[in-house]
Amino acid sequence: MNNISFNKFYRKFNILSLILIITSLIFLIVKGLNYGVDFKGGTLIELRTNDKTNNITMIRDSFNQMNLGDVSVKKFGNETDFIVKFEKQNSNDPEFIKNIQNKLSSSIGNVDFRRVENVGPKVSSELLKSGIIAISLSLAAMLLYIWIRFEWQFSLGAILAIFHDVIITLGIFSIFSLEINLSIVAAVLTIVGYSMNDTVVIFDRVRENLRKYSDVKIYELTNISINETLSRTIITSVTTLLALLSIYLFGGEILKGFSLAMILGVIFGTYSSIYIANPILVALNVSQRTIVKEEKN
Amino acid sequence: MLYFSKLRIISVIIFTIVFSYFALSNFTKLDDRFFSKNINLGLDLQGGSYLLLEIDNQPVITQKLQAKIIELKRYFKEKEISLKNFSLNGDTISFEVQKQDLEQVSKLLNDKESDINQYYQSYKSHEFDVIENNNLFNLNYSRYGLVLLKNASLDQAIEIVRRRVDEVGTNEPNILKRGNDRILVELPGLDDPNRIKSLLGKTANLTFQFISQNSEESFGTEKLSFEDDDREAIVSKRIILSGDNLVDAKPTMNSQTNETVVSFSLDRVGAKKFGKATSTGVGKQLAIILDGKIISAPTVREPIVGGSGQISGNFTFQSATDLALLLRSGALPAPLNIIEERTVGPDLGQDSIDAGILSLIIGFLLVIIFMIYKYRAFGLIANLALITNLFLLIGILTLFEATLTLPGIAGIILTVGMAVDANVLIFERIKEETKSEKNPIIAFDAGYTKSRTTILDANITTLIAAFILFFMGSGPVKGFSVTLGVGILTTLFSVYFIARLLTSLYVVKNKEKEQLL
Repeated sequence: MNNISFNKFYRKFNILSLILIITSLIFLIVKGLNYGVDFKGGTLIELRTNDKTNNITMIRDSFNQMNLGDVSVKKFGNETDFIVKFEKQNSNDPEFIKNIQNKLSSSIGNVDFRRVENVGPKVSSELLKSGIIAISLSLAAMLLYIWIRFEWQFSLGAILAIFHDVIITLGIFSIFSLEINLSIVAAVLTIVGYSMNDTVVIFDRVRENLRKYSDVKIYELTNISINETLSRTIITSVTTLLALLSIYLFGGEILKGFSLAMILGVIFGTYSSIYIANPILVALNVSQRTIVKEEKN
Repeated sequence: MLYFSKLRIISVIIFTIVFSYFALSNFTKLDDRFFSKNINLGLDLQGGSYLLLEIDNQPVITQKLQAKIIELKRYFKEKEISLKNFSLNGDTISFEVQKQDLEQVSKLLNDKESDINQYYQSYKSHEFDVIENNNLFNLNYSRYGLVLLKNASLDQAIEIVRRRVDEVGTNEPNILKRGNDRILVELPGLDDPNRIKSLLGKTANLTFQFISQNSEESFGTEKLSFEDDDREAIVSKRIILSGDNLVDAKPTMNSQTNETVVSFSLDRVGAKKFGKATSTGVGKQLAIILDGKIISAPTVREPIVGGSGQISGNFTFQSATDLALLLRSGALPAPLNIIEERTVGPDLGQDSIDAGILSLIIGFLLVIIFMIYKYRAFGLIANLALITNLFLLIGILTLFEATLTLPGIAGIILTVGMAVDANVLIFERIKEETKSEKNPIIAFDAGYTKSRTTILDANITTLIAAFILFFMGSGPVKGFSVTLGVGILTTLFSVYFIARLLTSLYVVKNKEKEQLL
């Protein structure tokens, strides 16, 4: 049996989490998120050049001459692959993309458009709205589930832990200007599920121990429960992270953002199950009476 | 209980074999007589185009309102009620009624049996909302009137879109309604959507109208420009013939001028109209107008009575083919705008598949090695369950012909990582139980029983997330939710049937050993 005094660091880590959350919120409010074309509208082109001497500056210059609004060019994996994004999306002109390709081949030689995404303003705002609704709905559904399964003190702990994970993950995306697109929404939802999963496992044990020991204070009891479930927590995080790391490293450029968000989410999800969810039980002074009272009702 | 009935063992084995067979059938090229289903690859994996089109219904609404005014005038004239000052302001028809007719007009418009303002029993609403203001009547489309109008124009548009896409001959296009003013077009395998886009971007309203002799625009004429250059011409508003009367159109070579032209043939009504108009109009210029632009305006040299003709106008063979295609498939009821486009080239799709499979294999191997390192014999059992899990997952996706996307592959890999969780929970619990319980069989049984609620809780939460993603997500993300959700179900099966069966066999056989786990 492990016997690590996790509870000694409750306060210190809570302060750390608070700092991280506040920093994330400041960045989210002041700097905002770097929305991709899915949510902002505009055009994305993934192109491959035949000529290895082409560099970002040359590509940006040729796009800048086309009056497409704000243009951003980035390398994408290979040295011949680039991602170009710009504001303009002229979907009503069927020749729009073709014209860009023609102009480009006359300025920097033949290019292959491997992927084109063109999202109008109406669609992008709808996608953003449905993304936000999806995340809120899943939070609400989780809250409901945990409320049915546990006592309210536990629900509060679990939900705060999830908020913690989602806010910090989005905060990191804001700080490093990583792109938010549809797959990141999927990642955030999965993080919500994972974090919940992790918290529930510890909470189940806390509840079991509450029934078993009537004379142990919740401060000690959470520590016992964390230690009892610790090897499971570590093993599951490790296997999940191994799978995610494999996607991040070998799954291609398109899945990079998705797997990064998930990796961050798993790390914070594991951390928050221990250092957010449990201290809240302590703060709310959960005791044997809390669950016995519920069960009598 | 560590005892499994024979029947249960056999059904688990059969179930596993059947689904593994389904899974493997994706990878064999054999012509299979028993099972011919395959997982569909999403557009992001096989390459192709996704287009979301939105109908601009405003022209249809205006047109319908104009027609309604004519209908109203005729209707009330027959009833010998005179209405004054008809006008169309935005989407509102208004007219004035004389005092003595007020009651009757109101009754005719608001009656449930009304001939002029239809009442829809199922919606409990008229086609038009009538607002009376003293003797001034205002008519607006009601909410349901508008919905019905939009649905009708969407149905018509989807038919035309289907015809045009079919004519181009892409393989297995997917054309679906979205809401009441959108059409989703998925074109697998198509890496250059430009031609389809330009075909769908045209309303293809073809009319034949005479060019007016007057040089100034006046009542009954309009000024239109030519398709190819900046020339303009004054054209009579009277439509001699429209695209509706066309029965066929195809690109041909005019043998005299060596020019590519589009030759068309007309139905009986059209042929008659065309013959009559051309015989009275010899010497005049007849403008051929497509979507408000003049393609060409040849001079009528002799009456055309055979019901067929040619359209010339600087065509290349490709543009003549496209025009013929548009004319054959008919005009859209309203213009379509492309509001979302996603195109993935086939080589990028293949790259994504390769990268996805590579990361799946590596992720899988890493998890397998880790589990053996951690649990030895039981790790092996967990891994066997994991492999079966993977086969079952792919087998079920195959059975339902689900669409696999790149995020979907990520979902499978994630399932691999998370699937061991249930077994880990059980194994850790058994370890704890063996500390207080000397009989390994009882300890194992307790391990399974005591971890059950936790495992259910943990998996239900992930299932909730997958469900919400499925209903809210679109395209590739939906694929992710499917693999994640199905993955949870197969995980529970592989843990409670396969891994449990194997652990029982192992424990019963080795119950004399000191430390099992």
